[in-house]
Amino acid sequence: MKNNKVVSSLAEAIRLSGLKDGMTVSFHHHLRNGDHVLNMVMEEIAQMGIRDLTVNASSLFDIHAPLLRHIENGVVTHLKTNYMAGGIGRAISSGILADPVEFRTHGGRPSDIELGRTPIDVAFIAAPTSDPMGNCSGKYGKSACGSLGYAFPDAMNARQVVVITDNLVAYPMLDWSIPETYVDYVVAVDAIGDPSGIVSGTTRITRDPVGLVMADRAAQVIRHSGLLKDGFSFQTGAGGASLAAAKYLRDIMLREKIHGSFGSGGITGYLVDMLNDGCFESLMDVQCFDLKAVESIRTNPRHQEISASHYASPSARSAVVDSLDVVILGATEIDTDFNVNVHTDSNGSIMGGSGGHSDTAAGAKLSMIIAPMFRARMPIITDRVKCISTPGRDIDVLVTQGGIAVNPKNQELLLRLKDAGLPVVDIHDLKEMVERTTGTPAPAREGGRVVANVIYRDGTLLDTIRSVPAK
Amino acid sequence: MRRSMLFIPGNTPNLLINGGFLGADALIFDLEDAVSPDEKDAARILVRNIMKYMDLRGCETIVRINSIDTDYWKADLEQIMPRKPGWIMLPKTGCAADVLTADAEISRWEERLGMEPNTVRLMPLIETALGVENAFAIASASKRVGAIFLGAEDLTADLRCKRTKGGAEIDYARSRMVMAARAAEVDVYDTPFTDVNDDEGIRTDAEYAKSLGFTGKASISPRHVGVINEVFSPSMKDIKYAYEVMDAIRLAHEQGRGAIALHGKMIDAPIVARAQQTIAMAEEMGVGKAVQHEE
Repeated sequence: MKNNKVVSSLAEAIRLSGLKDGMTVSFHHHLRNGDHVLNMVMEEIAQMGIRDLTVNASSLFDIHAPLLRHIENGVVTHLKTNYMAGGIGRAISSGILADPVEFRTHGGRPSDIELGRTPIDVAFIAAPTSDPMGNCSGKYGKSACGSLGYAFPDAMNARQVVVITDNLVAYPMLDWSIPETYVDYVVAVDAIGDPSGIVSGTTRITRDPVGLVMADRAAQVIRHSGLLKDGFSFQTGAGGASLAAAKYLRDIMLREKIHGSFGSGGITGYLVDMLNDGCFESLMDVQCFDLKAVESIRTNPRHQEISASHYASPSARSAVVDSLDVVILGATEIDTDFNVNVHTDSNGSIMGGSGGHSDTAAGAKLSMIIAPMFRARMPIITDRVKCISTPGRDIDVLVTQGGIAVNPKNQELLLRLKDAGLPVVDIHDLKEMVERTTGTPAPAREGGRVVANVIYRDGTLLDTIRSVPAK
Repeated sequence: MRRSMLFIPGNTPNLLINGGFLGADALIFDLEDAVSPDEKDAARILVRNIMKYMDLRGCETIVRINSIDTDYWKADLEQIMPRKPGWIMLPKTGCAADVLTADAEISRWEERLGMEPNTVRLMPLIETALGVENAFAIASASKRVGAIFLGAEDLTADLRCKRTKGGAEIDYARSRMVMAARAAEVDVYDTPFTDVNDDEGIRTDAEYAKSLGFTGKASISPRHVGVINEVFSPSMKDIKYAYEVMDAIRLAHEQGRGAIALHGKMIDAPIVARAQQTIAMAEEMGVGKAVQHEE
């Protein structure tokens, strides 16, 4: 053990970790929908006969569907996560877990881990490259995913840490993300993931003309917000319209010679282009969304990996989100008080999660929601969202194709946008405008038992999600 | 007021239902080039139903039917006319006879539907060398014609020349169209700028079209609509000046004077006519009173 932490098999690592019934295992999601690690670990655990586990995973994708079998078989009895894709979400919404899922945020999760509120017994770190002592990184190897930001709090706080890699290199591996000081065991496997699923399929700019109109307006809102000046900092999601907004923002920054400070969050090639074009001095990266971002974090010292805590923890002495000027976010629903739902669809079935939504909304000076007025005939503006993922007090403006609704709490922004001649509309009028097109939908069926608790970044209960019968 | 006209393919439900939200003064529901032959039926029915059921939020509706040398145009009118479109756009209009052919069919529908004659206006799309040469004859062929529209893509193919961003190859056509339209006292619309990602290019192109005398400009991208509206709207300075002109004229009348100067320049009939146009447009934009109030 002194000079080598490599163990012969995953089963051996699990045995050595001391994992027992009723304990908590954790996973991170940098391999996204290409991740093999959660499935291979849980399969091994199930075969070893260990039961009644809590899985604390920073996000769950549909590739993790085998987890549902482990839930049905009693191997897994509790789930904590920040995001859940629709396939798993539907099963959870149908009520397959007796106890509610605990949804946290990307900042709340590390905060609760570090404060001891959600202790982890064994953390499994999917590492695209590691040396035999566990110095590991996401920047290299055939399964390279770039940043390992979400895995840091797990590695630093779990009772036992197992690194699983498909690229074992000689000691010492330099330029590590997680150092050997936190790692107990290293397991070499053939493949930790499928590279085609690791890189997001959503990092393409939208070609939908309506999406481009919204993106254009979003960029204009930023331009006239008073925040777009030298030192500007910015975050956007990887949705098509958000990326288009970033592209238009880049055009404005280059044209007006504005030199920003940093871009942050999940990093895409579009933000990398902005860094390389001089729009930003640096990128603060908790997760890479595409190959261009992976290449950049590997080669550009101004592209900095950060931990989940550094990104967004509310209990850290400070976090990147606290220095953000503008964040562009999405919504499945938004209500007339600007509360945003990103957890469920319009029927109340789980299909997402906060991720960094409410963290960045709380931190940024300007939090913008960009969303179409309706999707598949369903209006996105409602009297009350099915689930409050981010409270309306943290949202400044909603940008749609039909107009821009400013939260009345931000009168300065309202005046600025009106002065700029942008199409500002009261959110109630916008809701009426949408319903003239879509009609007013019948309310979704309420009731059922609580299948998930939505925990705000400070640890308080923000909302609950109730069961939806499976179709 | 019709500054911008946005093309929406007749077979794109998502764009059609969003049409009213995209800021254009007029929507051109396209049944012609954007729709492949095997989708013509579906597009006609879709556009008909959009016109029947959707709130287009005050946008004028223009339907580009198929040209009269195809088997489709009468079937297009059969579906569209009962929805009482504001305008029918007639593509590939080459001569006055084309206008009269379409005019006769539209008149038959108006009669059958109990509509006042010439309720539905006709906007010939001129996109051939023959059409350009016949522009005045086309524009003045029927009372139904309210505007003519230049289509540069097909025209440059007909001219056997390359379509460029600078547009030197369509300079003659543009000038000829404006001249013909103004002589016939109808509106005239400029061809779309087709590079949807060139934000500077659309502005330059629209400003150039305005400088030649075009009433407005068509667009194939919703992103261009805002710039087109801006370019073809009077500026606040123009509006303020127009009100000053009208005040000066009123004063001249009160004082029984035939002529009056404003800022050292004589106010003559064309200046008054332009001021009246500017004020009418400003009031339609909802800014006229605000500017007057500032005064």
